[in-house]
Amino acid sequence: MNEKTAVTRDTPDPASEPALLPPVDVIEDSTGITLYADLPGVPREKLSLHVEADTLTIEGEINLATPEGMEASHAEVSLPRYRRAFTLSKELDSGKVSAELKNGVLTLRIPKAEHAQPRRIAINVA
Amino acid sequence: MYRSLYPRDMFAELERLQREMQQAFDLSPSIRGIGRGGFPALNAGGTPQTVDIYAFAPGLDPATLDLNLDRGVLTIAGERKAVLPKQDEKTAVHINERFAGRFRRVVSLPDDVDPNGVSAAYRDGVLHVSVKRRESAQPRRINVQ
Repeated sequence: MNEKTAVTRDTPDPASEPALLPPVDVIEDSTGITLYADLPGVPREKLSLHVEADTLTIEGEINLATPEGMEASHAEVSLPRYRRAFTLSKELDSGKVSAELKNGVLTLRIPKAEHAQPRRIAINVA
Repeated sequence: MYRSLYPRDMFAELERLQREMQQAFDLSPSIRGIGRGGFPALNAGGTPQTVDIYAFAPGLDPATLDLNLDRGVLTIAGERKAVLPKQDEKTAVHINERFAGRFRRVVSLPDDVDPNGVSAAYRDGVLHVSVKRRESAQPRRINVQ
């Protein structure tokens, strides 16, 4: 079992804060899956990627260098963060995910496991 | 007030609802429409010295961006190439949500901007256009001949 489930969270859960859903492209080929996500405004240090059990979560905080005292008059991007989660399938090797963030586009490469190993399937009780 | 000819057309109803919301919040309907939901998404704001436009346009080469300011109208245009491969037997596209293709968005700037005081920077996929306001943005008296 995952130890993280046993830890109680004292701080407010960041996953409960409202966030934008970034658009993605997901392409599969014979060796793995490539995911592209649009995360404009997110610098490298504000991007967090994590895999917990079979869930991949992408989270990023927008960091714009706005001039001091600026008053917003029109906002189509109305929240300062993005979040999106994906369920990975078992033939994907979540330990070998590579990621690149360039000009606000995240490129994730998730290779398929070289030999599909027998794996325990975690059952999450809601 | 616009009413849908097809009362069961959900999209028309949503559009009407959006229009009514727009009027309720008095978001100064522009002749160029709402323009919401296009690519790139735009945020705008200002300080007493500048007008600032942020275009959320990830994955572009800034050299290919076409940025114009003509008579107080700012135009942001360009093209974003698709990353999707040609469909064949070995690849499958599972999700395709990202914008690809040519885009153009137009913003009317306030009257008091200085067309010579424009600067633009592209960082982390966001284009920031900053336009200075004219120092003498005072109302002028017009002589009648």
